[in-house]
Amino acid sequence: MQRASWLRLLFLLPFAAVIWVPSYNRIEPTLGGIPFFFWYQLLWILIAAALVGVVYRAEQPPGPGARR
Amino acid sequence: MNWTAIVVFVGLFLFITVLGFVAAQWRRGDLGLLHEWGLGGRRFGTFVTWFLLGGDLYTAYTFIAVPALMYGAGALGFFAVPYTIIIYPILYVVYPRLWSVAHRHGYVTAADFIRGRYGNRWLGLAVAVTGLVATMPYIALQLVGMEVVIGALGFPGGGWFGDAPLIIAFLILAAFTYTSGLRAPAMIAVVKDVLIYITVIAAVIAVPMHLGGFARIFAAVPPAKQLLAVPGPGTLGSYSGYATLAIGSAFALFLYPHSMTGILSSSSARVIRRNAAILPAYSLMLGFLALLGFMALALGVGSMPEFADGFKRYGPNFSVPALMLATFPSWFVGVAFAAIAIGALVPAAIMSIATANIFTRNIWREFLHPACTDDEEAGVAKIASLVVKVGALFFIIFLPQQYAIQLQLLGGIWIIQTAPSVMLGLFTRYFNSWALLLGWMVGIVSGTWMAATLDFKGAVYAIHLFGVAIPGYAALYSVILNLAVAAVLSAVLNVVASDRHKDVTLAEDYA
Repeated sequence: MQRASWLRLLFLLPFAAVIWVPSYNRIEPTLGGIPFFFWYQLLWILIAAALVGVVYRAEQPPGPGARR
Repeated sequence: MNWTAIVVFVGLFLFITVLGFVAAQWRRGDLGLLHEWGLGGRRFGTFVTWFLLGGDLYTAYTFIAVPALMYGAGALGFFAVPYTIIIYPILYVVYPRLWSVAHRHGYVTAADFIRGRYGNRWLGLAVAVTGLVATMPYIALQLVGMEVVIGALGFPGGGWFGDAPLIIAFLILAAFTYTSGLRAPAMIAVVKDVLIYITVIAAVIAVPMHLGGFARIFAAVPPAKQLLAVPGPGTLGSYSGYATLAIGSAFALFLYPHSMTGILSSSSARVIRRNAAILPAYSLMLGFLALLGFMALALGVGSMPEFADGFKRYGPNFSVPALMLATFPSWFVGVAFAAIAIGALVPAAIMSIATANIFTRNIWREFLHPACTDDEEAGVAKIASLVVKVGALFFIIFLPQQYAIQLQLLGGIWIIQTAPSVMLGLFTRYFNSWALLLGWMVGIVSGTWMAATLDFKGAVYAIHLFGVAIPGYAALYSVILNLAVAAVLSAVLNVVASDRHKDVTLAEDYA
């Protein structure tokens, strides 16, 4: 039985980040020549994946069968 | 004709053809059973599911259409990135529950679940038909992707001779899907994804080197394409358009039959949760692929005389193939084009299997021939998968391409109308099935109407609230109407004519 963790509320962060378009619709600061608009959103792919990983770890029941 | 590229391309294609037939022997099961043929026996672990879902969700749309949108419309095309960010929290929270209940009750499609959860065959039919209709233009889009790379290899377009390579590719697809079922695209997806990753990494390293770095690339892109247009007074302009396209697309994605098939074929709910954390690797790839559209702009492929014919035939969809032809050696063009073509073939195979499952389970068995045996069920599905593909082939040969892409926008508007029944139905039985059916109808009609007012040339419809114009993806607006109708009507119907006793699933089935 899987128990939903309160950590799932973290999933609201990527939604908020995406909806708040004015926060990232800009050129500066650039990263390696890539405007902020693009690298910031690429960065959120990694952040969101990490959040899912954190929640998965927290909800994972310990013991045998955990590695399958 | 680019012979080196053609030889590499054909060689890789032959290799995956053999693989497609060999796949029937893989993790052997009785292919005369629908869940064996159509779901690979629900046996795919974390690793195979990663490749299968990656191959399933990141289609010709990713490789051809998203960069084309960046090339043509600029930063707006980047909405595909936030879209593929928020699909994974949704996948994690919602769909392991679907896997569990489907596993417990032997459901193969979303409509199977609806039938069990609500006991209403008409709501099941609505969900089934929505899935079938929304998938057709999506398959056609895969063919557009294949057509573009085949054309870019130098085959003359038009006429029966021009269509021959595409028809051959499709016959191969049809044959191995028929014999091997979902095992074929699962196995081929591994090869395809390796090729795609190699191509993207090569492009992201080689092209900026060729052009003198990312700073030079962006300097060559017109400023208007580098950012979203800042909205004027009294409107949220491109900001709300961008955000709602991302969110609407994200809620629609896993409702598509082919996504559902990928999810249900995994071996446990845990495999799905785990994949929600590791699938974003593909989103990163999608982001870099999107930037290829800008690289094509910076290189100026649109004004090179050797590509004039390609752009005339395929429009901005030709931008990525042109970029590759201009920067890669011939043999690697063959690898890259094979990656794109196979990348279109894998989802097309899964889509045809998914729609065949729906036709067989939710239309044939439910309405036409209830006494059908397991053996007959799998047989009907195999034949249905052929019919679907022939339909899609006619679609692409006889309809203009622009039309298919506009229909795809409608596909998202339609499939999202099943969200209240399927997604919310996994968490609550508050909703009454007839209320859901009426909400579905309101959503389909209002969404289609919004798209019609745009002459089906776009999907961003402006609503006006408190004197402010809010342009947004019609799918999101129409599903909000759908949900409101379903919620209000359920409150009434639950009192006078509750249908909750028809639910055959139990709370513990979802864990």
